Amino acid sequence: MICAVTDNKLSIEKSDPGRRGLHAKNPLRAKANVPANLRRKAAPRLPELSEFDVVRHFTRLSRLNFSVDTHFYPLGSCTMKYNPRFNEEAAALEGFSGLHPLAHDVCAQGTLELIHDLSARLVELCGLDAITLQPAAGAHSEFTGLLLAKAYFENKGEARTEIVVPDSAHGTNPATASMMGFTTVNIASKPDGRLDVAELKKHIGPKTAVLMLTVPNTLGIFESNIEEICRVVHEAGALVYMDGANLNALIGMVKPGDLGIDMMHLNFHKTFSTPHGGGGPGAGAIVCRAHLAPFLPVPTVKKEGGKFASDFGDGKSIGKVKAFFGNTGVLVKAYAYMLAHSADELGDIARYSIINANYIRALLKDLYPSYSSEYCMHECVLTPGKDMLDKGLKTLDVAKGLIDRGFHAPTIYFPLIVHEAIMIEPTETESKETLDEFAAAMKDVHDSGVADPQSLKDAPVTLPVKRLDEVQAARQPNLRW
Amino acid sequence: MSKPEELKYTKTHEYIHPGAETIVGISDHAQHEMGDVVFVELPRVGQKLEKEKPCAVVESVKSAFDIYSPVSGEVTAVNDAVTGEPALLNQSPLENGWLFKLKPSNPAEADALMDWAAYQEFVKQAAH
Repeated sequence: MICAVTDNKLSIEKSDPGRRGLHAKNPLRAKANVPANLRRKAAPRLPELSEFDVVRHFTRLSRLNFSVDTHFYPLGSCTMKYNPRFNEEAAALEGFSGLHPLAHDVCAQGTLELIHDLSARLVELCGLDAITLQPAAGAHSEFTGLLLAKAYFENKGEARTEIVVPDSAHGTNPATASMMGFTTVNIASKPDGRLDVAELKKHIGPKTAVLMLTVPNTLGIFESNIEEICRVVHEAGALVYMDGANLNALIGMVKPGDLGIDMMHLNFHKTFSTPHGGGGPGAGAIVCRAHLAPFLPVPTVKKEGGKFASDFGDGKSIGKVKAFFGNTGVLVKAYAYMLAHSADELGDIARYSIINANYIRALLKDLYPSYSSEYCMHECVLTPGKDMLDKGLKTLDVAKGLIDRGFHAPTIYFPLIVHEAIMIEPTETESKETLDEFAAAMKDVHDSGVADPQSLKDAPVTLPVKRLDEVQAARQPNLRW
Repeated sequence: MSKPEELKYTKTHEYIHPGAETIVGISDHAQHEMGDVVFVELPRVGQKLEKEKPCAVVESVKSAFDIYSPVSGEVTAVNDAVTGEPALLNQSPLENGWLFKLKPSNPAEADALMDWAAYQEFVKQAAH
């Protein structure tokens, strides 16, 4: 549980005039060569605190944080797995971290070899032919993928304008299509959550450039018709893009290329255990078949006579999508993670992530029914039971109640096609004890909510701020003190 | 209260009530699909709207949705009650949860919209 909070003041509110961490002997003064009209008239309003005040202030704030290192963080679709510390150690090696981005190839052999070998391993893992590691994350990878598709069709002299996206898709898919100037064609899923092949056939044709499909889909269900789907798309002359956000369910068990896809993206912060968001810059990849390879961003890395060198292709490339070779520090972490697992162990990642999701689903089935009666893959989509809904208790209340019980909330209200969705992805790195504790907290949320609905409507009550008006906070943020 | 049969519908699930004053809102099906509505942003009175162009925003617990004007025209009134109490869209989409009224610039545009029977069929087809 988080620490009790008695002190909610901002640092500026704690300011005591004249208090300092350091007392400079010769404080900096505006240089005479700064024109008078550009100089401040008054000192900036900064908190005046001692070093100790500052340490306590920020340490206290950091303890209020929910993070994967402090709390179970079952955010569906996000794969909040443990980030092994050896990844950080590898990325901090001076040969990698100290390399200048403009260093000549001959001075960067280690990093180039790493990129070359990581590329080969990921291509093998995905069952495809070529890769770029330049994109900065998942959505940037999607953008890069559609750039490849555009270049591919332009090269064939075809003008295709539509991207087909099922209604269960991640929001980034239609957003990417729109950003690229394509028209999104939305198709409804079948009641079991899978793509409807009959519906796909109706919407696919000579205008279709790409089908963007998440496998397994956002309901945590494997698209069992994937081979037929790929055949239908290919017969129309279009491409299949696999959103690889859910690769944690397949890694080491299924090579997506074997399913018939043309390209896919990887999220290193999901499947390959590099930090999310605030943990540093991200990295993604597009892995594709040979027919898309000529259009990949440059440079890639080639091996010639035992040396590694930048390869700028033959002029068909879409160009750079990120400076240099992308965020190479993140690539080092992903490479360390790959090397730490044998091929069989990579398959265990998928197997344990699937077992953990089904374990939670089974523990909670009487209180929080699952959207689908089937076994799920790496995540399950639940909803509050009828007894909760009848008392006016919603998914949002469950999420807030979990925070009071020391758990980060799951993803809520996604996928959009499920009413009151609670999307739980435990990942393979959680122990049975943690999953049991989480299920007990979900049960406690249920029991206390049904007994006293208002108590759950008031949650969270253990944090410095209680139930927030999140819409107003986003629409009309008050950022002043 | 408007009866669903008196209204005309768009493929993006807005309705208009084509009476003396043209009332625009979202269908009962739309509010159900959106889930709990938490925020509504309406056009300004006097604003000129173009058919099928975004003119308002409805945000639910799931997502934010653009609302497209069913016909072209000038806004004559907006329902301030829904901006104060967005849940009205869920409770009463056809009556208290209307969005705005407008004066159509081309009344013939409304004729092209779906009637209740056609809209029901459209919803059925989309869900199949």
